Amino acid sequence: MTFVRLPEPDQGVIGRRAIIADDIARLIGGPQIIIDEDGRRAFETDALTAYRRMPLLVVLPRTTDEVSKVLRYCSDNAIKVIPRGAGTSLCGGALPAEDAIVLCVSKMNRVLEIDFANRFARVESGITNLAISARAGQQGFFYAPDPSSQLACTLAGNLAMNSGGAHCLKYGVTTHNVLGVKMVLMDGTIVDIGGAHLDAPGYDLLSYMIGSEGQLGVITEATVRILKAAEGARPMLLGFASPEQAGACVAAIIGAGIVPVAIEYMDRPAIEVCEAYAAAGYPLDVEALLIVEVEGSETEINVLLNRIAEIAHPFGPKSVVISSDAGQSARIWAGRKAAFGAVGRISDYYCMDGTIPLGQLPRVLTRIGEICAGYGLKVANIFHAGDGNLHPLILYDANKPEEAAKAEQAGADILRLCVEVGGCLTGEHGVGIEKRDLMTVQFSSVDLAVQMRIKTVFDPGWLLNAAKVFPLDASGAHIAGHGPGQSRAA
Amino acid sequence: MPAARTSQGTDLASRALHETAHRVLVPAFDVPAFDVPAVNVPIIKEEQTVTELLRPAAEWELQSIIARLAAQKQAVEVVGHGALRNAGRPSAAATVISTASLRGVTLYEPNELVMSARAGTPLFEIEAELASRGQMLPFEPVDLGPATGAPAGALSIGGVFATNISGSRRVFSGSARDHLLGVRAVNGRAELFKSGGRVMKNVTGLDMARSLTGSWGTLAVLTEVTFKVVPLPEAMTTLVYRNLPDDLAIEALTAAMGTPFEVTGAVHLPKVAASRLGNQKLAALGEGLTLLRLENFAASVDYRRDKLKEALRIYGTPLELGSAETWGLWSDLRRVSVMPYSAETSLWRISTAPTKGPEIVAAIQKFMAAHAFYDWSGGLVWLEVPAAADAGASDVRRAVAVRGGHATLIRALPEVRASVDVFEPLKPEMERLSRGIKAAFDPHGLLNRGRMYANF
Repeated sequence: MTFVRLPEPDQGVIGRRAIIADDIARLIGGPQIIIDEDGRRAFETDALTAYRRMPLLVVLPRTTDEVSKVLRYCSDNAIKVIPRGAGTSLCGGALPAEDAIVLCVSKMNRVLEIDFANRFARVESGITNLAISARAGQQGFFYAPDPSSQLACTLAGNLAMNSGGAHCLKYGVTTHNVLGVKMVLMDGTIVDIGGAHLDAPGYDLLSYMIGSEGQLGVITEATVRILKAAEGARPMLLGFASPEQAGACVAAIIGAGIVPVAIEYMDRPAIEVCEAYAAAGYPLDVEALLIVEVEGSETEINVLLNRIAEIAHPFGPKSVVISSDAGQSARIWAGRKAAFGAVGRISDYYCMDGTIPLGQLPRVLTRIGEICAGYGLKVANIFHAGDGNLHPLILYDANKPEEAAKAEQAGADILRLCVEVGGCLTGEHGVGIEKRDLMTVQFSSVDLAVQMRIKTVFDPGWLLNAAKVFPLDASGAHIAGHGPGQSRAA
Repeated sequence: MPAARTSQGTDLASRALHETAHRVLVPAFDVPAFDVPAVNVPIIKEEQTVTELLRPAAEWELQSIIARLAAQKQAVEVVGHGALRNAGRPSAAATVISTASLRGVTLYEPNELVMSARAGTPLFEIEAELASRGQMLPFEPVDLGPATGAPAGALSIGGVFATNISGSRRVFSGSARDHLLGVRAVNGRAELFKSGGRVMKNVTGLDMARSLTGSWGTLAVLTEVTFKVVPLPEAMTTLVYRNLPDDLAIEALTAAMGTPFEVTGAVHLPKVAASRLGNQKLAALGEGLTLLRLENFAASVDYRRDKLKEALRIYGTPLELGSAETWGLWSDLRRVSVMPYSAETSLWRISTAPTKGPEIVAAIQKFMAAHAFYDWSGGLVWLEVPAAADAGASDVRRAVAVRGGHATLIRALPEVRASVDVFEPLKPEMERLSRGIKAAFDPHGLLNRGRMYANF
């Protein structure tokens, strides 16, 4: 994984490390700053571990006011800033740079207010995703977006990436579940957008902020919607002899007016690995497996699952298993949720995140197989079928640089395919550095210019999370340290 | 010039592809015909000083029009079919661009719950097409026409997203903005750009599509929108609680929203508003009415209705409406018909936390004879106040500011809407960002200048 170009760091800034640390210590206190090499090393990468950079400094503010002071100082001194939550980005969204401060919000992790009558929680952005639901769960409520990393990932990161999860087919992604944010602009200005009411006034700044990948500002607090949990939920397994049958079945379920909470898909390689790892009870004689979950009372669940089994019938399922108790349900989900880890035990993999129109599913799955075979690589497919969000895991050996290069090329080919059939580069992981230079596949130069002008409105100096999201060829002119002959390979 | 495509332009081939897999859900009730208004609504009234009406039928034509206006630095009013011309701040522009000729559904995949349509496609056409396949818009767009003295049924799908005014189901399933997947649009630089797409999950780049919702045509002219649709429910019911005072009614509604029974509408109509319902049986009761809607498979509606009644039994025994009556009642509410047009009154739309709704209304009622229609379990208040030079703005805004939320002046005489803040006034840092965004899209200030804010 060595293709993404990164700007040459500014040696002048690196040389002023100690002075900058002293300045920031005077603003917010020394204990909030990590300057020693061992301490900084803990922040050198995120979940896209192929890329590593030692940050200039790591700053851990405790309040919005401290974030404001740090950003104003950095703005005044033209120092780049990389906002960070828990560092679980799969696309290099939190990758540091040697001449940039990593500003990590993880110390700001309190629930500030929870209001069940009005169904919202106001929290600091460094709180973990799961901690919000844990708190709301005291009265049977929950926060809907549930990315697989929800135990570790912060709401700040979810906001930056507009995270989804297995259950977003019914409940939507982050942008559908946030009512307001408190954020700090690069010049230190504190801005409140929205609040406890459903629709924020004026231009829809929440839409810019959610999914902005740290390009526009640093969110320090958010007001999120909490919902009452369903009476119950239960999954069923549908195994098919071909991806075509499984794909058609997904379309038929949704077309019949049923919107399950989740429809997850696994192909044979993924099923085998997950079953070996989690003993979930998956059928091993099928090419494609659907996990379909519905919610409601016991009776409603039975009615819906049986109706889904009827809908599936014409597509000739080789296996239909309706979960009969909580233990079986938990095992079925444990297998799916452990999928990435289970695949990781047998091979290095490169996880893609394109989204496609559902009708293209069979064709795209066939092409993915062909693309990977063309590079001599294997692939396991695990994804959110209900909304067409693919996660092909391209298997390779990280110790063989040529294989890593092939995996990256195959990944790029797959993403081009997703765009070609009417989909997009990334459904929930974000662009980061990973897909930055593929943006031109999906967007025209005008489309990108329209986006980059908004970046300039919020961050005129292009100091926030530089050299990410926008193709370097298009954004390079804005970024100090990037010019002809200055870029280098990782 | 290419002719505007109509709904016959629907992608029949791709539809046929899925015909075999798609089973049309048949609701257990007749979906009544939608309002079919005079199709060619007069956009321009005689007394207005509009000198030029432009109706581009293609994106390139719109681009060339805006390029010319940009060269001349000439401001322009952007409209669909004119349904929203009596809302917002009035435009002073002598030139009007109408998207009325950008018409027709361009993609409809029932199995993928997605539709694309050109911006000027009338909403009724879209809803009829969806209903024919057992589907609907999830967010029940509100037609402001009748409440503002404009024709009913003239709203275009572009206007729905440009204003992001969602109806009762918003409290359960989200707003128009939440269901927008992608746009094509031309900005004030005459650039045609796209954002988003046709897939449900998409985090590729900044979300420019959603960011255009609620911008009232001040940033770009939408040419095509792609949005998520949902199946029509098999059955629906409304529980009608009677005679609850406002604060108790909102308590009942928020309690209902706090159950797992997926209430899809939570409305309270105090006596005056209830007496204006089109449903004569309910109007004749002469009481305040508190409405809860359930929509689902028939068996689930039955089950959930019983559970909900049990959970709310301290609020009395409700009347129950069947599917057809429920459809009619909530269609009525979508037109804000309980707050009908009158030159004697103004209308505010207040967004707040649900339990603050009755407090805000009570505070305003100390200063004026105000009548409320609560939606979104109290979080949205349509408030009718006596017509006045400032439409009661200072009292309304103060009452809202203290309790959190924001207020928009929906109905008032043009001279009133020109002189008071129609939208929530911006704090300095928000004004700086908003002006920056306006300049990024429309540096010459051509598009719907002054429609949202007096100075830009």
